[in-house]
Amino acid sequence: MSLLEVKDVTKSFSTKRDFLGRRIGWTHAVKGVSFTLDAGECLAVVGESGAGKSTVGRIALRLIEPDSGSITFDGVDVRAARAQELRALRQRMQMIFQDPHSSLDPRMTIGDAVAEPLLVHTDRSRTERERQSAALLERVGLGSRYLGRYPAELSGGQLQRVAIARALALNPAMIVCDEPVAALDVSVRAQVLNLLRELQEDLGLAYLFVCHDLALVEVIADRVLVMAAGEVVEEGTVEQIFAAPQQEYTQRLLSAIPVPLPRDAMGNRITSIGERA
Amino acid sequence: MDLAKNRDVAASDTVPATAKDSAPEAVSGAERPTPLLDVRDVSVEFPTAGRDWVTSVQNVSFQLMPGESMALVGESGSGKTVTSLAVMGLTEATGGRLSSGSVTFDGNELTGRPAKEWRKVRGPGMGMIFQQPIRSLNPAYTVGDQIAESVRKHLGLSRRQAEAKSVEMLEMVQIPRAAERAKEYPHAFSGGMCQRVMIAMVMACNPRLLIADEPTTALDVTVQETILDLLRDVQQQTGVALLFISHDLAVVAEICQRVAVMYAGEVIESAPAVDLFFRPQHPYSSGLLASIPRPGLSVDRRLRTIPGGIPAPGTWPAGCRFAPRCEFAQSGRCDTTHPPLDVVSTGGLSRCLRADELALDGVVT
Repeated sequence: MSLLEVKDVTKSFSTKRDFLGRRIGWTHAVKGVSFTLDAGECLAVVGESGAGKSTVGRIALRLIEPDSGSITFDGVDVRAARAQELRALRQRMQMIFQDPHSSLDPRMTIGDAVAEPLLVHTDRSRTERERQSAALLERVGLGSRYLGRYPAELSGGQLQRVAIARALALNPAMIVCDEPVAALDVSVRAQVLNLLRELQEDLGLAYLFVCHDLALVEVIADRVLVMAAGEVVEEGTVEQIFAAPQQEYTQRLLSAIPVPLPRDAMGNRITSIGERA
Repeated sequence: MDLAKNRDVAASDTVPATAKDSAPEAVSGAERPTPLLDVRDVSVEFPTAGRDWVTSVQNVSFQLMPGESMALVGESGSGKTVTSLAVMGLTEATGGRLSSGSVTFDGNELTGRPAKEWRKVRGPGMGMIFQQPIRSLNPAYTVGDQIAESVRKHLGLSRRQAEAKSVEMLEMVQIPRAAERAKEYPHAFSGGMCQRVMIAMVMACNPRLLIADEPTTALDVTVQETILDLLRDVQQQTGVALLFISHDLAVVAEICQRVAVMYAGEVIESAPAVDLFFRPQHPYSSGLLASIPRPGLSVDRRLRTIPGGIPAPGTWPAGCRFAPRCEFAQSGRCDTTHPPLDVVSTGGLSRCLRADELALDGVVT
């Protein structure tokens, strides 16, 4: 049985209201999307902006209520879960957002931010929480000297590590990563991606990895779900998608990945420095 | 370095030779023409919370020839945007001050000139497009009116002429049904379309230099590709020089002949794109190239990384600013001597003391 099973979910948002304020003009953000995610697996959801990939990530956590369809997490019907059950479920499914500057409270120290999930969901003592948040910061490569600092003192890459530590605090089985490295610099992006992979291997985490950049997907994902206009257009293993994309849309996404090879005066790609050296 | 095995093989045999013959000649031939843009020793400071000023760009120099395309590459905090704003004379407007250096455009020294004279250069001389085109457009005016406003102001066209010009420009940036779309407001345009409008607006004044600050960063990859194609077309049609600011070397490869890499407020390497990509002369450039994800080419599904982070302005190390992150740094040498930007064996410029001792990896082909 899969860890997460999403079946035929649909979500539409209203775009207009009539003169009585009734909602008219619906836009389908997600149309009949189904997929599964196994424990310890990374499924990337890719597509252009507006394809509905972020909505899918949020629906999986029931942060957005779908109009129809079913979500099962570890055998539990997520859509039917009541508040109490949902709280228990959400300890095991966490989320990391694109912009760590806006997802962390600027007035809360890093240590408190990482310990907050423990405060909310467990009855651990203050010293125990502090010990644990120090260990978590160590785990994501930051070290306990950051405990008393504030988000404004950290760089984007460091903050994203804090966000990861916070997501790990409750030992989740799954993390929804919504464009976790899109806002980071190239050299830092590689560090954070490698950290995510390492954590996945060590802790057996499952990732639902929402990403617009296919070049990154190959490094992190096991399987790929390609979305366009709210629908899944192609699904396959990373190897299948990259080696033999079936849909024209996927091919177009792949061929648009910029290749770091310069062009000559005629616009042709140069692939080696030739006899010049 | 081997020839490519499967990618773009057809071009690989002949292309480097032509690149070698044509590109550098245009850039640095025997009779070197006057550069269109000459930036010399520019340093920019910004006030801190106290009363101090902190240097964010230090002694940056580069030249741009007419019609050339050059990239300023760097990560956040490297000073690339601050440099481009200094070129546009917008340092004071953004709260900073030029503590040294000069900007010469088309033979005219602009540094220290009053705002009024700068305004004459912007528009017909140089134009700039930004990362978030939607924020650069006024939501209360139609895109046609906004383009018309700029050409009436800078070129002195009549209302009627300006209208015709704005439609013509929208056609040039390949916006379908240009005459109709000119009457629409910015919110009716997608991100990529907004960037086209910005390019139309800037190019309407027929500038000689186009500064593009991360023009495709906020766009989808497929849209990014079309905007890069458009910029190439525009350059070919008009001969405008391009100063392309980006953090992404893969995008830079698409469009620039020459690259200057910035780190911690200074240029650390400057070379023709071919050299920079295939035989970088600074460990930071080499590290950046290695951290670009490449489908099919990552080893063991791990990306090579540069450890640590970029030092913020005011916290730059005394010696080589990259030394604390550099795998080749030698203690007693790299951490004590601040390296000058020197000519290295490839003919380019590098700010690495060990440039000629190291054989650094270029881009994987």
